[in-house]
Amino acid sequence: MALSAAMKSEAPSAEPAEKVVEVEDLHVKFVSKDATVHAVSGVSFDLHRGEVLCILGESGSGKSVTLRALMRLLPERRTRFSGRIRVAGHDIMTLNAAALSRVRGEVVSMIFQEPMTALDPVFTIGRQIAETVLRHENVTREDAYKRALELLELVQIPSAKRRLHAYPHELSGGLRQRAMIAIALSCRPAILLADEPTTALDATVQIQILLLLRQLQEDLGMGVIFVTHDLGVAGEIADRIAVMYAGRFVETGPVRGVMRDPLHPYTQGLMASTVHGHMKGQRLRTIEGAPPNLESLPDGCSFAPRCAHATDHCLVRPPAERHPSAGRMARCVLVDD
Amino acid sequence: MEKVAIAPDGGAVAKSSAQPLLIVRNLRKYFPVKGGLLNRSVAQVKAVDGVSFHVMAGEVLGIVGESGCGKSTTARLLMHLLTADEGEVIFDGLGVGARDGLTVKELRRNAQMVFQDSYASLNPRLPVEDTIAFGPTVHGVPSAEAKQRARRLLDDVGLAPERFGRRYPHELSGGQRQRINIARALALQPRLVFLDEAVSALDKSVEAQVLNLLVDLKEEFNLTYVFISHDLNVVHYISDRVLVMYLGKVVEVGPVGSVYSRSAHPYTRALLSSQPSMDPDRRKTEPPLSGDPPTPINPPSGCRFRTRCAYAEEICSRVEPPLLGFGDNGAHQSACHMNNAGSGHSLTAPAGTAE
Amino acid sequence: MTQVNAVRRPARPVDDAGDTALASPAAAKDAPAVVYKGQSYWSNVGRRLRRDPTTVVCGLIVLAIILVAVFAPLIAPMDPYQAKMLGRLAPIGTAGHPLGTDELGRDMLSRLIYGGRISLMMGLTPVGVALAVGGLLGVIAGYAGGWVNMMIMRFMDVFYAFPSIMLAIAISGALGAGIGNGMLALTLVLIPSITRVTESVTTQVRAYDFVDAARATGASSTRVIVTHVLSNVLGPIFIFSTSLVSVSIIIASGLSFLGLGVSPPEADWGLMLSTLRQAIYINPMLCALPGIMIFITSLCFNLMSDGLRSAMDVRL
Repeated sequence: MALSAAMKSEAPSAEPAEKVVEVEDLHVKFVSKDATVHAVSGVSFDLHRGEVLCILGESGSGKSVTLRALMRLLPERRTRFSGRIRVAGHDIMTLNAAALSRVRGEVVSMIFQEPMTALDPVFTIGRQIAETVLRHENVTREDAYKRALELLELVQIPSAKRRLHAYPHELSGGLRQRAMIAIALSCRPAILLADEPTTALDATVQIQILLLLRQLQEDLGMGVIFVTHDLGVAGEIADRIAVMYAGRFVETGPVRGVMRDPLHPYTQGLMASTVHGHMKGQRLRTIEGAPPNLESLPDGCSFAPRCAHATDHCLVRPPAERHPSAGRMARCVLVDD
Repeated sequence: MEKVAIAPDGGAVAKSSAQPLLIVRNLRKYFPVKGGLLNRSVAQVKAVDGVSFHVMAGEVLGIVGESGCGKSTTARLLMHLLTADEGEVIFDGLGVGARDGLTVKELRRNAQMVFQDSYASLNPRLPVEDTIAFGPTVHGVPSAEAKQRARRLLDDVGLAPERFGRRYPHELSGGQRQRINIARALALQPRLVFLDEAVSALDKSVEAQVLNLLVDLKEEFNLTYVFISHDLNVVHYISDRVLVMYLGKVVEVGPVGSVYSRSAHPYTRALLSSQPSMDPDRRKTEPPLSGDPPTPINPPSGCRFRTRCAYAEEICSRVEPPLLGFGDNGAHQSACHMNNAGSGHSLTAPAGTAE
Repeated sequence: MTQVNAVRRPARPVDDAGDTALASPAAAKDAPAVVYKGQSYWSNVGRRLRRDPTTVVCGLIVLAIILVAVFAPLIAPMDPYQAKMLGRLAPIGTAGHPLGTDELGRDMLSRLIYGGRISLMMGLTPVGVALAVGGLLGVIAGYAGGWVNMMIMRFMDVFYAFPSIMLAIAISGALGAGIGNGMLALTLVLIPSITRVTESVTTQVRAYDFVDAARATGASSTRVIVTHVLSNVLGPIFIFSTSLVSVSIIIASGLSFLGLGVSPPEADWGLMLSTLRQAIYINPMLCALPGIMIFITSLCFNLMSDGLRSAMDVRL
C-alpha cells in the first residue's frame, strides 16, 4: 500500500494541475476596543490539485489565521477581511451561510491539533462520521454507517468495526487523530486543511500520522495545506513550503529548494537555529530579538529589526515579492529578481 | 589508566573514582485508579516501576521517552513533590529521608526544578522578582537580601532587573518566562537542576536562545543537569549521557554518542528513526512502530515493549530483561534479551559484542 | 558548595528583547533604564470594570442605596415609626408622603430608607462571614486533599442537600426569630456553597506548576497557601460571593416575610412586603414598593457580579 517517495516527482507535471485554492492579497484584522491586531497582511498563494503546501511559521506568525480564513472559521464580529479567496471555484468571502456550510466538509475540510477538543465527547466516533455524511449527502443511515466503517479502515484504525462504537475518550491520542481525519475525509473533499495535527502527538505516533496523511493525499488526489512550526515535519510531507512571519509570506518555493538553499534571512535563521545533535559542543545560532507586536507593525520589513543584513532601505516599506527563479519567491531586497 | 569504578546500580563509571552526585535505586510509584461504588482502587497506573540510575557531578543526563513512560513522574519523585512507594535516593553520599542523611528540606536546597513554560508555571499574581525571591526567604534569607539576589539572577539570565523585575508573567513572552523559571530554580543555589521539558513549549528560535543560556549557566555555576524531554535532537545536543524510558522502566542508558549511533534497544532505534527528517530526499515509507504507546495500567508481562517489538519471542513475555551493560566498559546498558547472552532469545549476540 | 560570584559580571546580552509593553523594538534599544512598574492582574481588572457601562451604573446604584441607608437619619423626611391610623394606605403622590403611607399610616419613603439598613445588613453580613469561614474551609479541603478533603466536603454536602430557603427557615425557626438569629441562619446556609466553590478552585490552582515550584523550595504548606494559592483563589470565590449577595437579600427578605427575621415595628423590606399584603386590593402599587427595592438591589449585585466575572476573564 505504501508508495515510495521516489514515485512522487517534484517538478510540476507536463500539464499543470488545476488550481484548487487561489488566495489574493488576503488581509485579516481583529478589531476590539483595545486594539487592532493585524494577523495577516497581504498573503497571496495558489494550491494545485494533489499538492501539499506547508505553511511554516512560529507562534504569532498568522499561519493558523490564514488557514481558518480559507473556511471562514474566524469570529465574525471581530474579524475584518479583505482580498480574495477562491476555493475550488467558490468565492469564500461572498458565500451566504447555507452555501458556506455546504462547502465546509464537501469541498474543504480541516483537522486540528487537539483531537480531544475537536471531537464531541458525547457521541461515538461512528456516529460523528455518519452525521457528517448524512449532513452533506442524501443517503440512508445504514449507508452512512457503512461509509463510516470504510473510512475507519482507510485511516488504518485497527478493529475498525468495534471502534465504530467507541467514544473519543476511549481511544488513544493517535487513534483519535485518525478518527478526526476520517471525519474530515467523510465527504471526499478536494482540499484538506491541517492545523498542526501532529504537534501534540508522540514521535512514534507522529510519523505514523504523517505517513498516513501523505498516503491519503496521494490516493485521493487532495490538495493539502499543512500548518506547522516543525521543519522536520515540513521536510517529511511538503511539496512546497511557504515561510510565514508577522502576517506575511516571506519565502515560498519547492521543499528542496527552500530547505537546502533558503533565501530570506528569517528562513536562514530558522534553519540555523533548529537544534540538531551534530551541533553538539557549539554555541547555537539564534535569531536575536522577538517577533513584532501585531498591533503595531513597523512600516518597513517586519523582520528588519532582527536582521543582520538590514539596511535603511528596509525600514521604509515592506519589500515586494521577488522571484529569483521559477516557483520561488522571497520578500527581501537582498534577493535578485 | 582510568579507574573503572562500579556504580551501585551495576553500571561502570568510566571516570576517576568520583562519587555520583545522585544515585537512584529501585524507584517505584503506582497511582491508584479509583472507580466502582465506593471509589476503591480498581487498577494501578504503574507510572515508575523499578527505576535505577545515577548522575555524575557536572554532567548532563538526558531522559527521553514518550507519554506514559514516567520521566516527568521520576523527576517529581526525586524532588519529593510526589511520595514514592519504594526506592532509595542518595544525594552526594547521603540518603534522603534516612536517619543520618538529608532531610527533604535540605534536599530542596540542593536540587531544584525548571518547569515547562505553561502559563501556570509562574504565579500570575506576583511580580517575577518576588517569585524568584520566594525560595531564599523560605530558607531564612532576609527579604532585602533575597530581592538583591533575585535582581542579580535576572541579570544572569539576561533580563534587565529594572525593566523586568516588577513585571507580571502575563507581560512577558514565552522565552522570557522560561528565563524567569530558570532564575527561580537557581535562587537557592542548587547543585542539581531538573529541567522538565523546559524548552519544549518554546518557538524554535527562542529554544536555541534558552539552550545557550542553560549551557552558560551550567558553566558559570557548576551545575549538574537532568534534562527531560521528548525532543531527541535537543537531548542529543545538550546531554553527556542519555537514559531512555518506556512504560515506567529504563530500557537503555549510556553515553549519548553510543546510544544515538549504536542503539542497543529496539525501542530506542524505533524512536530515533521516527524523527521526521529534514531532508526531503530521505523520507520514510513505513513508520518504524505501529500503534500507540500503551497505558501504564496493566503493562505487558515480561518485557513491556514486546507488544510493539519486531523481534519479540516467547522468552520476552515470560522474563523481564534486566538492564545490563555491554559497550563502553559497561557504561552503555540496555534491557533487552537480544543483548543478553544466555537469555534464550534466538537473536542473542555473542557475549562481548556491542554492535 | 556553589560559589556565589561576588564580582559583577559583564551584562549578558539580552537575546529576546521582545518588550511587549514598548511600542517598537527600536525604541527598546534607546529606552533609559527606567524602573518598570508592572500591571498587576487586579489593576487590569479594575480598568476593565471601569470601562463596562453596566457594571458602573449598577455599582453607582448600589452605592447610592448603601449611602442612603447609612445616612438614613439625615435623609428620611419623617419618623419611620410614627403611625397615624387616619392617614393609612395613602396613595403615592399624597402631599407630605411622596410614596404614600403603609397600613399603619407610616411614611413609606422613610420606611423604605430605613428598611434598607436592615435588609442590606442581613444581605451582606452573612455573605461576608460565610466567605471567611467557607473560604478557609474550602482552601484547606482543596489544598490538603485526601481524607481531610473528604471529611470537610461530605460534611458540607449534608447541608448542601437542602434547598437554601428551607434550610434557612429550619435553622431560624429552631433558633427563634430575631435579626441576629436570622443572620446566623443565613450564614450557615451560605457556607456550604462557598466551601464547595472554593474547594474546586483551590484544587485546580493546586495542580498548577507554580504551586509545585513553591513547594519545591521547601516552603511549608501554610506559606505556600498564603503566598501563592490564596491570591489566585480569591478572584473566583469573590465573584461567586457577590452573586450570593442577591440570593442572601432575597432569602433574608423571605425570612422576614415569614416572621422569622425582623419583627415589627422594625422597617425591613421583607417584613414590609408581608404586612402590606392586606393592602393588595386597596393599593397594589404600595405593596410592590418594597418588592421593587429588593428587586433593584438584588439585580444590581447580580449584574455587578457578571461584570466582575467578565472583567476577571482577562486573557493573560
